[in-house]
Amino acid sequence: MSVLQEISSDVRNMKQMENFVLFRRTNEIKEELRRGVRKSYREVIDVSWGDPHRAGVKPLSFVRQVLAACLYSELMDGDKLMVDVKQRAQRLLGTCAGGSVGSYCATAGIPQTLQSVSQYIMRRDGGVPCHPENIYISPGSQWALTNILKVLVNSEASPRTGVLIPVPCHSTTIISLTTLGAVAVPYYLREERGWALEMEELQRALDSAKGVCNPVALYMINPGNPAGYVQSRKSIQEVIRFAAEKKLFLLADEVFQDCVYGKESEFVSYKRALAEIGAPLSDSVELASFHTASKGLMGECGLRTGYVELVNLDPAVMKHINNLFSTNSCPILGQIALDVMVNPPQPGDPSYPLYLKETQHIRASLAQNVRRVEEVINSFPDFSCQPLEGGAFAFPRLFLPPKAIERAKEAGLQPDTFYCLRLLEEAGVLFSPGTEYGQKEGTYHIRFCIMTPSDTMEEILRRLSAFHEQFMKEFS
Amino acid sequence: MKDVNPRVLGIRDPVSLQSLAARITEQIAQGEQKPFQRVIDVSCGDPHRAGMPPLSFARQVLAVCLYPELLKESSFPVDVRQRAEKLLGACNGGSVGSYSASSCGIPQIQKSVAEFITRRDGGVASDPEDIIFSSGSQKTLKLVLHLLSSGQGPTQTGLLTPLPCPHTLPMLLDEVGVKLVPYQLLEERGWAIDLEELHRALKAARRHCEPRAIYISNPGNPTGHVQDLKTIEEVIRFAASERLVLLVEEVYQDSVFGQDKKFLSYKKVLFEMGASFSESVEMVSFHSISAGTMGECGLRGGYMEVINMDLLVKNFLTSMQGPSSPPVLPQLALEIMVNPPSPGDASYEVFTQEILQKVETLAQNAQRACEFLNAVPGMSCQPAMGGVFLYPRLHLPAEIIQEAQRSGLRADVLYCKKLLEEEGVCLGPGSENGHDDENYHIRLCISAPTAVLEDVLKRLRSFHLWIQDRHH
Repeated sequence: MSVLQEISSDVRNMKQMENFVLFRRTNEIKEELRRGVRKSYREVIDVSWGDPHRAGVKPLSFVRQVLAACLYSELMDGDKLMVDVKQRAQRLLGTCAGGSVGSYCATAGIPQTLQSVSQYIMRRDGGVPCHPENIYISPGSQWALTNILKVLVNSEASPRTGVLIPVPCHSTTIISLTTLGAVAVPYYLREERGWALEMEELQRALDSAKGVCNPVALYMINPGNPAGYVQSRKSIQEVIRFAAEKKLFLLADEVFQDCVYGKESEFVSYKRALAEIGAPLSDSVELASFHTASKGLMGECGLRTGYVELVNLDPAVMKHINNLFSTNSCPILGQIALDVMVNPPQPGDPSYPLYLKETQHIRASLAQNVRRVEEVINSFPDFSCQPLEGGAFAFPRLFLPPKAIERAKEAGLQPDTFYCLRLLEEAGVLFSPGTEYGQKEGTYHIRFCIMTPSDTMEEILRRLSAFHEQFMKEFS
Repeated sequence: MKDVNPRVLGIRDPVSLQSLAARITEQIAQGEQKPFQRVIDVSCGDPHRAGMPPLSFARQVLAVCLYPELLKESSFPVDVRQRAEKLLGACNGGSVGSYSASSCGIPQIQKSVAEFITRRDGGVASDPEDIIFSSGSQKTLKLVLHLLSSGQGPTQTGLLTPLPCPHTLPMLLDEVGVKLVPYQLLEERGWAIDLEELHRALKAARRHCEPRAIYISNPGNPTGHVQDLKTIEEVIRFAASERLVLLVEEVYQDSVFGQDKKFLSYKKVLFEMGASFSESVEMVSFHSISAGTMGECGLRGGYMEVINMDLLVKNFLTSMQGPSSPPVLPQLALEIMVNPPSPGDASYEVFTQEILQKVETLAQNAQRACEFLNAVPGMSCQPAMGGVFLYPRLHLPAEIIQEAQRSGLRADVLYCKKLLEEEGVCLGPGSENGHDDENYHIRLCISAPTAVLEDVLKRLRSFHLWIQDRHH
């Protein structure tokens, strides 16, 4: 018997991810297609991840040119690249040890990048001060979140540490929490009201924790994932006051802050809302806010870079956080991408026209996709989608007929997983089932990425509509 | 935050000489006068920082992968463009900006790595499914350690760790809650492993924790020792009979320069020991693009190969990766590392030249530095056979030790601090490598341009003599 297996209770208690059966089947189908097996589609469209490049969105030229020049500086000879690309690459290489992106950097990140990020945050928040020492760049926002959770969660404690999380919530956070031995305390967002956060529900969730665990933090995603809401300033301030009163640490996952398209919607950062409430809360409520280069218009998921800004933390605690972050180094290339993200080309720069064109194109496609998705989904009686205001996903609700639910149970699958599996088989489209994210008992959802080229989305909606009609007829 | 997680509180404070070095560099940039013109930091295995150039082929391919417009650029050799095209084809959406297809990494690259390992080990098969990528070997190590970690007090998991060990290891063990159980390497024998010492350490450890695994660094970091066949077999037998998981860090496998020395992989030796070992001993071996001739520390890429690991355990390892999908570009760099240009390829000559130059420089530096330091009174140094570090021993005057005690620092840390402030040279104190008694050592990275190393050696000697002079 394996030594490792004996030791780790985590191994013994491991739960198979729901998605696994879908991923495995996707790979099999791709292989079948490669071998020439006949299907009603020629390729699988995978929109189960928040991965725009996978879906066909092109990367932004400016950032890629800068990155390429930083990797291979000979590219800057001659006229292959525009002046502002060269200037940016040279400036950024100058901030790397030995002038190479192959060197290690300081624990929190390259100092100049931290400066750039803090200035960006100040501009974003209308002047609310931001100190570079409170920012840590990390290989992905989830990594930073896990580290902050590590500080908060004591896996040996009794009662165990609890963290309030929204339902629905994206699955990677749930995994991080359980791996650390924390208890997830769910609070349900109100779907019918555009996934609104109701204070009574937060209170109920907190009360439910009594005797079960010790809640220390409140995790919030804004703009949402998987649900596409954007929280209002009023709602954010209510949450802040609640956290202050109940002495909860606020974890604000704001990685989609650049993806807001709802007509009445505006992204307000938790930090800004906190500052606007004023003292004494603005000086005392502890907050960690997360951002990333993976989302937004850049969509550079593969580079693995994000950051966390820490607000109102005790210097003693900051010291421990510093120790924790120093056990891993962050990728240099990602920091360069981050610098470009917070300091994009400006009007007057030679690269600006192309940058503007590319970003406008992505935004226009997104707006178009949103419109079409809402149109198509809401046209079905047994399919409904709340207004999409921000983020990169649609999370429509499926009203599955009892026969379908029965069949799913027979197959040993959750009903929405069953739907997704059939959609994959018959239409070659991969979504992810609502089960992954948590949902109200007896409700079913699916999630798919809407940051795709417009014609891809049309194709997805075409295949989905055809499949959906067929499926509902079969199980009526 | 009322209570910080005790596990986090237990992480020892880092020594922070590097931040001091950065501060001093900043001061010089601001125009402050110092006794030196610039800081040279050779405390970590970071060759690019010291001025070693990257491998052209790797950088060219990666640049094209990042900005595929360059595929049309005829100034790039044809094999660069072909390789980039192949690699981009392995990426989702043809972009390095996509998440990897699976949480272990890009399948085609797992296959390339498996093939490399098979070739390296003279045909001992490697399964792509056993290859798990991550952003650096330390990260993959952390995943495995997390699995091992369990218990508290007398039931706490212990890891038999070489003394000296890689300087990043102690903090990592603190973080995952695994107890560091040191086994002393024999300095007089070039930092060789002593089987008796292994037994002693294990026996002593069992009194206060539960040792479950043994960590090996070969070629040794920071010692530069390259293990011979006999040693490897002894260690494997030891691990097998004591039911310890072998964690074998082999990141410097392509940097062996000692005369008549060869890198032998633990896996190959294991398989040559017959089925009773090769089918049962659990082992994880680690590699990285940060080390060796690639030296791409900032790109953050590494992998582990899990051997004889239970399927359930493997599944767990791969699912634990979920939230931290490995970065794509470093996997491409890994592919280049395991599949360099072949004879006949357009880039082959330049590539081979660059590698040769690096290894020669390393060998020359190792010899030069060792001779140089052994000639300094109050210093002694074992020769290095591989890896990128030298780990000389310091004989410190009593006054320094007392001053250190008064300031609450370890004497080797104080020494390095003063060296940095007086001469602008940043070395690593042996305390970081686990030497926390009067056995004072320092570590320096010798993967640097020869002129830079000369500079470091001269400044170090000058400082060491001054320190000893002052106190006589």
